[in-house]
Amino acid sequence: MTNAPAAWTRKDLIALDALNAAEITLLLDTAKAFKGVGERSLKKVPALRGKTLVNFFVEPSTRTRTSFELAAMRLSADVVNIAATASSLQKGETLKDTARNLEALLADIIVLRHSSAGAAQFLAERLGASVINAGDGSHEHPTQGLLDVFTMRERFGRIAGLKVAIVGDILFSRVARSNVHALVKLGADVTLVGPTTLVPRSLEALGVRVTHRIDDVLETTDVINLLRIQHERQRKEYFPSLGEYTALFGLTKARAARLQPTCLVMHPGPINRGVEIDSDIADGPHSVILEQVTNGLAVRMAVLYLCAGGGAA
Amino acid sequence: MITKITGGRIIDPANGRDEIGDLWIEDGVIVDSSQIQNPKSEIDEIDAQGLVVAPGLIDLHVHFREPGQSHKETIGTGSEAAARGGFTSVVCMPNTNPPADNPATIRWIHERAAQIAKVNVFCTGGITKGLKGEELAPIGSMKNAGIVAITDDGHCVQNNEVMRRALEYARMFDLPLLDHCQDYGLVGNGIMHEGEWSVRLGLPGWPRTGEEMIVARNILLSELCDAPIHCQHMSSGGSVRLLREARARGVKISAEVCPHHIALTDEALKGYDANFKMNPPLRTAADINLLIEGIADGTIDILASDHAPHAAYEKEVELDQAPFGILGLETEFAIFCDVLVHQRAAIDLPRLIALLTINPARLLRLDRGTLSTGAPADVTLLDPAREWTYDVTQTPSPSRNSPFHGATFRGRAVRTIVAGKTVWSL
Repeated sequence: MTNAPAAWTRKDLIALDALNAAEITLLLDTAKAFKGVGERSLKKVPALRGKTLVNFFVEPSTRTRTSFELAAMRLSADVVNIAATASSLQKGETLKDTARNLEALLADIIVLRHSSAGAAQFLAERLGASVINAGDGSHEHPTQGLLDVFTMRERFGRIAGLKVAIVGDILFSRVARSNVHALVKLGADVTLVGPTTLVPRSLEALGVRVTHRIDDVLETTDVINLLRIQHERQRKEYFPSLGEYTALFGLTKARAARLQPTCLVMHPGPINRGVEIDSDIADGPHSVILEQVTNGLAVRMAVLYLCAGGGAA
Repeated sequence: MITKITGGRIIDPANGRDEIGDLWIEDGVIVDSSQIQNPKSEIDEIDAQGLVVAPGLIDLHVHFREPGQSHKETIGTGSEAAARGGFTSVVCMPNTNPPADNPATIRWIHERAAQIAKVNVFCTGGITKGLKGEELAPIGSMKNAGIVAITDDGHCVQNNEVMRRALEYARMFDLPLLDHCQDYGLVGNGIMHEGEWSVRLGLPGWPRTGEEMIVARNILLSELCDAPIHCQHMSSGGSVRLLREARARGVKISAEVCPHHIALTDEALKGYDANFKMNPPLRTAADINLLIEGIADGTIDILASDHAPHAAYEKEVELDQAPFGILGLETEFAIFCDVLVHQRAAIDLPRLIALLTINPARLLRLDRGTLSTGAPADVTLLDPAREWTYDVTQTPSPSRNSPFHGATFRGRAVRTIVAGKTVWSL
């Protein structure tokens, strides 16, 4: 970790694991400046005028894609959206060939969502265009990690020393990994919570604590970040049912009553009301879930600006 | 036709021989200098001063991709790579297209090898039809067609009853069974060692237990059927412990180790480069130490490459979608010599040569792997101190999937002689 004065030298944003604390802080500071733009009646700046951004989503997403699209528009970039079903990947074209075709169309920025871990790094190493990772398999979702940390910093004024609990399917979660890397680098005290099958002890290697009882964190944590829990075909051997998950790890009203008054309840969405979070709690005073969405826009403007707009603010 | 290899250090582990001397070859056979048939023939002299004269190296685990996948490798290009690596004999795995699970395909491979191979090419046949793990392949007919072992390599027979009957049946033909040890339930869609790096990289883990479970199963079935099983490409330190205990009790179980599993760790995957993806996967420094201990104490008594070519465009994709496997023949001796003899001093050179010659020959009952008088004159000249750098762009293989491009090693084969004829020299 270094605290040297930040300079942004990267064309891509692939993983928060690869950034140092100063780079993360620069991203957050830049996002703060852009948040002001969103509050003006004229929400547009010319920073990326003439540049073309391709939203290349090989896995479905509405929230993240829309957020990147709006962020690019506010920076005056031209935007093209390509969804998996429409792409030629289904015709047997490789990821590399598809991306090189996009580049041949003179795309300046490629925002990639892909089901394979490492897909964004794969492209970044092969293309001159900026590659922004919008989620790669179970690896990272750096802009989600940044917007979560941005939201915490805005509310508490700091990250160092904050107690942050992340609850849910950590093993398969790219959101959890990006949160953990950013929070640990900025000095937060992170605890991962969930069943032993989804939150194995081996995660402690990332510099965090692991617990399998949500009661351990409720009364002391400053932030509780609930991940969407899914019970798909490939998860059946990891836990028996959503009902049992809710009973053991859901943020019910009774559990929420034990949170500190200042505790933030976060969720990357889309939420399963009544599963990982009680419906009223999701809309209640602790919740900053919609603020996260708003902040996501500012964070993505900052990422696009720094990677493709020619340097720091 | 007489060849005299002069002044080299002759190492022939099968005969406990290690001395400076001359080696004589007449008409493709090793001879005693006092028993030359035609002493008036012209003598072709090869100066081996400063070099080691070893039996031709044998690799009992290669994929030459024919029939069906000649864009990855052919028997011609694969055998050229073998020759450059010092190997005079290789044993091909049956996961071709169609699979080598029937005598017609085995005969086709032998015919093709007779036409274009630079080195001796031996065949294995499938244990089961289509390598599907369900019904026995025609093992007896394949034996008649010349196979030296049965294996479903690339796949692992999951049904223990099928495995038991295959073992019992193959015993009738004195055919050893080679097994790729992988429990499908435990491994699932795992693509790298399950540990800190798989957690960090967000990649599905391939736990050690996925291998150990089948090694344990094989030990039990080998005992039950009193038949030999050879465990392929061991990657886990825990497997070594199981094998050591079983071998001490006299169980007919053996195992091989590949170069990459003692030269690289799972951290190598951090760049998501598919040239570091193979099955079983790279593991940890602790596993490497236990594998090397097993090689040093004799628990592991065979070394092999698992030479597995894949075209560049097949490998240059998302990591989870890339095929498993790497090239191996050209760098195999160099890595084993550098790591086991030079860096770790785990074994000496005669022992290394035994693991690459007479030991695989004995397992597969090949009339090779020794410099005994009367043996086929398969000979490899080695320079164990020679430093060199591997350049994969120069490989004869149409594939380029080596994680060792640009790596420097100490130890190299410098001349490969098959049946008295030099097929490659540096």
